[in-house]
Amino acid sequence: MFITNLILALVVLTNLKLLGSSRLGASIRVVAAQGVALGLLPILAHWPELSVHFGLLAAGTVAIKGVVFPWLLFRAIREAEIAREIEPYVGYAASLVAGAVALGTSFWLCTRLPIPENIASPWLVPVSFFSIFAGLFLIVSRKRAVSQVLGFLVLENGIYTFGVGVAVRTPFLVEVGVLLDVFVAVFVMGITIFHINREFDHINTDRLSTLKD
Amino acid sequence: MIFALVILPLLAGLVAFVLRRPAIRRGLLVGTALMHATVTAICWAATPAPALGGWLALDAAGLLFLGITSFLFLMVSFYVAGYLGEEANRRATDPEEGFLFDNAPEAVFIGCLLLFLAAMTLVTVSQHFGLLWVAIEATTLASAPLIYFHRHHRSLEATWKYLLICSVGIALALLANFFLSVAATQKSGGAFAMVLSELVAHATILQTPWLKVSCLLFFVGYGTKMGLAPLHTWLPDAHSEAPSAVSALLSGAVLNCAFLGLVRVQQICVAAGLGDFGRDVWIALGLISLVVSAVFILGQTDYKRLLAYSSVENMGIIAVGVGLGGAGVFGAMLQAVNHSLAKAMLFLLSGNILARYQSKNIARVRGLLMAAPATGLLWLAGFLAITGTPPFGLFLSKFTILKAAFDGGHVWIALLLLAFLAVIFIGMTTAFLAMAQGEPEKTINRGEDRWWQIMPPAVLGFLVLCLGLTIPAKLSTVLHQIALTLGGAQ
Repeated sequence: MFITNLILALVVLTNLKLLGSSRLGASIRVVAAQGVALGLLPILAHWPELSVHFGLLAAGTVAIKGVVFPWLLFRAIREAEIAREIEPYVGYAASLVAGAVALGTSFWLCTRLPIPENIASPWLVPVSFFSIFAGLFLIVSRKRAVSQVLGFLVLENGIYTFGVGVAVRTPFLVEVGVLLDVFVAVFVMGITIFHINREFDHINTDRLSTLKD
Repeated sequence: MIFALVILPLLAGLVAFVLRRPAIRRGLLVGTALMHATVTAICWAATPAPALGGWLALDAAGLLFLGITSFLFLMVSFYVAGYLGEEANRRATDPEEGFLFDNAPEAVFIGCLLLFLAAMTLVTVSQHFGLLWVAIEATTLASAPLIYFHRHHRSLEATWKYLLICSVGIALALLANFFLSVAATQKSGGAFAMVLSELVAHATILQTPWLKVSCLLFFVGYGTKMGLAPLHTWLPDAHSEAPSAVSALLSGAVLNCAFLGLVRVQQICVAAGLGDFGRDVWIALGLISLVVSAVFILGQTDYKRLLAYSSVENMGIIAVGVGLGGAGVFGAMLQAVNHSLAKAMLFLLSGNILARYQSKNIARVRGLLMAAPATGLLWLAGFLAITGTPPFGLFLSKFTILKAAFDGGHVWIALLLLAFLAVIFIGMTTAFLAMAQGEPEKTINRGEDRWWQIMPPAVLGFLVLCLGLTIPAKLSTVLHQIALTLGGAQ
């Protein structure tokens, strides 16, 4: 219970850090740390009932979110040789304010929904909602393709938090499928970023604005 | 049998990545498409037994969309085989801006195309909501490289938008899945499996608030993929920049896959007594789609974007049909079949036009009937079909939906539907007739297109015509079964 809450607090702090951070490299590391912390969640949420199922899932999540994704994204920005800055549409201070509002909204939302009683921590649901809001905000408020992928990962982490903590009965096959899909999604996005870089000499998505009516 | 449907294109797709000889690879594509269509036909003749403990099974809705997907893929595979014979591995000049660009390696293109078929097949046979989600996300990921076949900045932009918008949308659908599983958890601690039949059977004791929120999130998630306005923003870009054969599959098959996901959600809503709640959302999204598509079709200058907005329009009509319930559901399903066939036909023809005129601008295409008589005639036939002129199939389905609206006392919905259809008809008429008639410029080659450019759209067009004249008994039974599960019995 204590460690679960610690992880959830860490998730909240990392989200706020992402909203206020101006450095791309630091943001990638923060998302990786968040992924590793959440990877341990399925084991802790069901402590002390350990099983191969949760062990495998935790190992896979930690490996993909903590090692493979940062490696892919660092590779994408290294080959792009871009200035390591985020370039937001919305400033860092304003982003942090939006984050605070999102956090408040998440806790309020949870008072409106009949939350199941037997979950590991009362913080699970609000923190997962907060990650979802923060992820969506990061996607729409950042110019760089890499930052948008980071936003997508935060969003996915939020949904994952909810899934692991509350929806207990997800079968193994589906969990593996979800993990695989997210992996391939980030992989394909990484390749696309590489091509965007080669095509435009930098990876700002505000240059992707030829197609419109 | 069901396993074979999914495994066959999956393995073929993986093999295509490593094959060296282009001719063998194209043979593999057409061969796999033929085998897949054959197995699908066998499934239509006799429904196969469920597999994987009921997770994979073919019900009426699955059978219908599997049939459409498999048949479209077969037609498109003929077109692609011919197309790659001319396009692959050569530098091409961009028709719009005049720069040189490469095409993606053919192995990647064919491999992704086959994986795409495997993912779409999995969507149609999944009875488990988690598996359905995995499959729908897989269709996005397998088709993204297909949109980026022509390697230039516009297709890259389209690919990035498609990937990001659809991935975020589908991520929200994952949240909806989790909400649904919370709704299926009982106070006693037990929970139902996330299999469709199980959820429908116990629908009345699901927790209503969670089910409602879940339903709304599903609409946002799968609605994005289905191209319902205002979530359709990726659709015109992806459809206009992808190679025409891929646009045909995106419009004819992928939108239907996402639609099938929403049909499953509606099945649970109906069984849980929330049918009216779901129907209101369907009708609202459907009418918004009609407004948006009407606005963008009028005065559209790019004929591939015109076709893309026409897809948004048709998804809107289908959504309104489902929202009306009763005979409207029958009409909506028939509309889905007809739209897939007609839109795939038009997209393939747009590829022929683009190859000849080297422009996607409607104003630059003149005298199609003179320059390429067969393509021109089919283009006109496709126009009549897609706008719902009798005797084509879309007339019948649109008429059924309109009649359902009047019969159900939804006069305003029927009048709005009629008004939008009239506006869209005017917009399409000006574009299509101007392209077909007149005298082509001197610089344009005259002469017939090749057989692979004519045969697939001609077959598709012929089928839309047949569906307007008579609906086969088996198809009619399947459509009625679907209508029953969506509350058509009222």
